[in-house]
Amino acid sequence: MLAELQRGARERVVSRRAGLTTNYAVAHAVKAVDVDVVAVYPITPQTTIVEKIAEFIHGGELRAELIHVESEHSALSAAVGAAAAGARTFTATSSQGLEYMHEVLHIASGLRLPIVMAVPTRALSAPISIHNDYSDIMNARDTGWAILIASTAQEAYDTVIQAYRIAEHPDVQLPVMMAYDGYLMSHTLEPVELYHEEHVRGFVPRRDRRNVLDVRSPITLGAFATPDNYYEFKYQQEVALRNVEGVLREVEADFAARFGASYGPVEAYRLEDADYALVTYGGAATGNARMAVDMARERGIRAGLLRVRLYRPFPSAPIVAALAGVKAFAVIDRAIAYGSPAPGPLYKDVATALYMEGLTVPGISVVHGIGQRAMYVEDFYGVIRMLAEGAGTGKVLFLGLRE
Amino acid sequence: MEIEARFHGRGGQGAVTAVQLLASAAIAEGRYAQAFPEFGPERRGAPVRAYLRISDRYIFRRDPVREPLAVAVLDPSLILVEDVLAGLRGGGIVVVNTRSGEVAARVKDSRPDVDVYAVDAEAIAMEVLGRPVVNTAVLGAFVRATGMVAPGSVRRAIEEVFPAQLAERNWKAVAMAMEAVKRA
Repeated sequence: MLAELQRGARERVVSRRAGLTTNYAVAHAVKAVDVDVVAVYPITPQTTIVEKIAEFIHGGELRAELIHVESEHSALSAAVGAAAAGARTFTATSSQGLEYMHEVLHIASGLRLPIVMAVPTRALSAPISIHNDYSDIMNARDTGWAILIASTAQEAYDTVIQAYRIAEHPDVQLPVMMAYDGYLMSHTLEPVELYHEEHVRGFVPRRDRRNVLDVRSPITLGAFATPDNYYEFKYQQEVALRNVEGVLREVEADFAARFGASYGPVEAYRLEDADYALVTYGGAATGNARMAVDMARERGIRAGLLRVRLYRPFPSAPIVAALAGVKAFAVIDRAIAYGSPAPGPLYKDVATALYMEGLTVPGISVVHGIGQRAMYVEDFYGVIRMLAEGAGTGKVLFLGLRE
Repeated sequence: MEIEARFHGRGGQGAVTAVQLLASAAIAEGRYAQAFPEFGPERRGAPVRAYLRISDRYIFRRDPVREPLAVAVLDPSLILVEDVLAGLRGGGIVVVNTRSGEVAARVKDSRPDVDVYAVDAEAIAMEVLGRPVVNTAVLGAFVRATGMVAPGSVRRAIEEVFPAQLAERNWKAVAMAMEAVKRA
């Protein structure tokens, strides 16, 4: 019934089905939500997003101010200024660019500015790599931004649209990062259903925000805070970020009714009766793990997949609920948390969430695809086999490493 | 049914655009497709691989194509540099851009179990585009040799990507290559 309603909704809202890279899908979403200001500095693999947006602006399809700046630090600073003045603002970066923005990331969240940023993720220097992993986004995970990680081009398109509703929600008022695999998605062409833009604009209406800079009614933003009140600002920021999970669910319910699609904070695949679970994020790890789950099922191993889509705030409840019943799980991380108790950043979050609920489900930390080392479906099947053969808590695996 | 193919080219030859056009053509036919590059160093002349998958369902896997049903070689000199036929399935198809019948014959000799097609894509590109950008000519030969997508869908994909005049010329390159391609 719901599926039929969703299909019906979709037929009305889809304007065309096109072959697009995820970067181009993101650019189309930015146009559809009718942003006012785009501030950017080019870096691979992000650049084609803004190239496409520049084309839209040049062709008169999007009326927005495109601000070229001399660095990523300035790009986000310009975005901060625009958002503080009430503009709907977009920026995008990758890798070193996100590192260079780092101090401004905290300023954007501290000032409670609903900026949306796309991050096709990329490895960090040195040595220089233009290729994909999630080292950049993991360094930004505690900056007070909401972070969503998409796994398909369609989802990236949908998520940018949802991101503005979440960022601008009165209970949130925070910037949102939308990450996905550099190259493995950013430069991969696949089908995307684009929506009629009036439907998108109906979903993301402009609303008057409180506390914007206005010469007719001057206010001060980000002024000095003494030990007597700084803490309260930061606590409110934490509360607002934690509101994101509920707001995401609310926004997605409306999105599902209008566009016939929803993803949730986490996505489960064949997990209901699973003995062994893979936990992933992003496109390549998730897609390949999904194929590996099918392979395992064909061979009589009850495997399932849990994809984390909302990374900050961390959706502990649905993750704990999904993993509570499995015999063992493996978290596949695409970055190294150097010197940590476990090398996988997501693994550490999952382990903490389980511990806080008093659960001790055996789980292993797997690192894969660093600097875009090829990840094959069979690699993920191998991890499931390892779980089935009894690999448990404490095991750490650097997959695909040449020894 | 999932079809996988691999294109070998050098940076600047347009291998990535070729697989994107094929994927767009399949998508225009209502099918699902995935086209993605594997770059080495980002520079002109460096070897580039581009992968293509076409299916009647959404394609979840995102790993490099290792056992393609078809391979296209945009620059015959790559045959000396890397194993362009690696993993090619028996009964598969190779399309090589070459003016030399000898190159095609050598490829055929090395893999008697596959069908080898040759096209002088450079001559077509020089004639139609005035530049040795061979991707659309190789694409034409590939479409004729494999039948993976309908020529009309390729034309539609080209018209969506290129400005009108360039689209017309690239479609001409496709059409000429479809006529000129020969089985070795």
